[in-house]
Amino acid sequence: MPRDIAILDGPAEAALPRGRRNYARRYAWFVVPAAVVVVAVILFPWLFTLYVSAFDWHLGSERRWVGLENYVRLFTDARFGWAVLRTLLYTVLAVVAPMVLGLAAALCFHRRFPLRGLARTVFILPMMATPVAVALVWTMMFHPQLGVLNWLLTQVGLPPSMWVYSAETVIPTLVMVEVWHWTPLVMLLILGGLASLPTDPYEAAKIDGASPWQAFRHITLPLLAPFIVVALIIRTIDALKAFDTIYVITQGGPGQASETINIFLYLQAFAFYNVGYASAVVVVFFAIIMVLAALLLWTRQRVKVT
Amino acid sequence: MVGQPGHAPGPRSPAIRRLRRLAADAGFGLAVLALVSPAVLVFLWMLSLSLKNELDNTAWPPVFLPDPPTLDNYREVFARNDFLLFAWNSVVVSFSATGLALLVGVPAGYGIAKMRAIRAAALILIARITPGLSYLIPLFLLFQWLELTGTLLPIVISHLVITVPIVVWVMISFFEGLPGELEEAALVDGATIWQAFRHVALPLARPGITVATILAFIFSWNNFVFAMVLAGRETRTLPVAVNNMLTFEQISWGPLSAAALLVTLPVLLLTLVAQKQIVAGLTAGGVKGA
Repeated sequence: MPRDIAILDGPAEAALPRGRRNYARRYAWFVVPAAVVVVAVILFPWLFTLYVSAFDWHLGSERRWVGLENYVRLFTDARFGWAVLRTLLYTVLAVVAPMVLGLAAALCFHRRFPLRGLARTVFILPMMATPVAVALVWTMMFHPQLGVLNWLLTQVGLPPSMWVYSAETVIPTLVMVEVWHWTPLVMLLILGGLASLPTDPYEAAKIDGASPWQAFRHITLPLLAPFIVVALIIRTIDALKAFDTIYVITQGGPGQASETINIFLYLQAFAFYNVGYASAVVVVFFAIIMVLAALLLWTRQRVKVT
Repeated sequence: MVGQPGHAPGPRSPAIRRLRRLAADAGFGLAVLALVSPAVLVFLWMLSLSLKNELDNTAWPPVFLPDPPTLDNYREVFARNDFLLFAWNSVVVSFSATGLALLVGVPAGYGIAKMRAIRAAALILIARITPGLSYLIPLFLLFQWLELTGTLLPIVISHLVITVPIVVWVMISFFEGLPGELEEAALVDGATIWQAFRHVALPLARPGITVATILAFIFSWNNFVFAMVLAGRETRTLPVAVNNMLTFEQISWGPLSAAALLVTLPVLLLTLVAQKQIVAGLTAGGVKGA
């Protein structure tokens, strides 16, 4: 199982005998250089963001201490509220679809078939490709008059779509790109789980005359549950953080129809140079991510127990 | 198994059974085809756009096969836009950010694995959870104050936010998987812990270092948002440069696709070559760039 999530379960394996602990301390020097870097580029930004969020600060003008005013303003800012709702909608769609498809894909790639290695490599290419580059290709494909996607739609007898150029279709369309982009990661995480499953239960089920569906429902799914939950957590976090493709394809438009928290944050900080307010957005955004991650970890504990 | 009495009360005649088997295989083949075709089609369309002239690229119905294929778009990309400068910037940034991350991250992974410092590892994990954009405001202000904007240094430093967690993360799981006996034997023989690391653990960890290098490089190369905010006119990396081509030009799909393909080609080739390492690294850590 991917260990990163396992670590959040707590310091279960941290306990060392007292004698070994002093011995272990000698290894602290190995961590010092990295610790310096982490403090400089990760910890300092967190603390500084908290500090800046207490100021009314437009870049290029005087900053003014306002305490919690930015947060108060944020909670009454309708534009931010919509961004939060949009982000949640986007996240739900961009989690459910890749999870279902990724599970199906993992089951396919778990079977042996000719050219499996090549097919799997091709399948994971979208995940490794430069997001900006593929986002640009999608933009060209979404063109309402000249895009290849509308041509495909008319070929199968469907009416052309406005894709990212209409407020109604922009979110599903962006989710489609996200699905294309990140389903492979879900597939890989679940495929790793499938590879670790024991074979005995299946043989027993076969002897008992279980159908493939019954074997999947009653053996595979329960054994796979921990891996599915890990994939779910990683996917949720990544969907919440989605930025590159949305920014390149729509920049939050049309109007504000695809303005997620991340886009809102970017615009506040680097289009309006409203760094104090934007820092408050960072803090609230981080809180939202942590709450959702904690919720999912809690679910994971329950999955483990049952 | 065929003909075993009492086994699987399915179709009776072998011919029907074979037919059903064939249908199931065909169905499975179609499913695999459906899974890989979106990936294949997008990349092929990218290639097709980059090899056609503007007339064919904006034709309706679309022209799929470049006839004849032309390299004009690629020529145009190299002729304008300081493409080579931006490519050089990307190379410098990705290699520096990866190199520095290895320098500090490999020993750190070793130390954390040896000390079983779960909390340090959790800190790294939270860095993975945080949106990359949220580091940018303080870093932007800091670099402005230090008057470093307009050089590549801020971009390299900001990319450490991505590369250091990846390297540390992959190396922790790798060093934890190594048997400790060899180092302990070296320590008993009077080696210092640094020597045990340098001459015993490090050579054994080479596959892990390869995985960490590849992943750190790819996610640094692909990163967009750090350079977009921190780069000046001369210090853009390729993803920023290619995004600007869309923003400031009318429909000019040929050169745009050619540039996009050139940007992502190194990563795609690396994925094809090092597929095994990438899969191992991603499933071990679930790492991804900020």
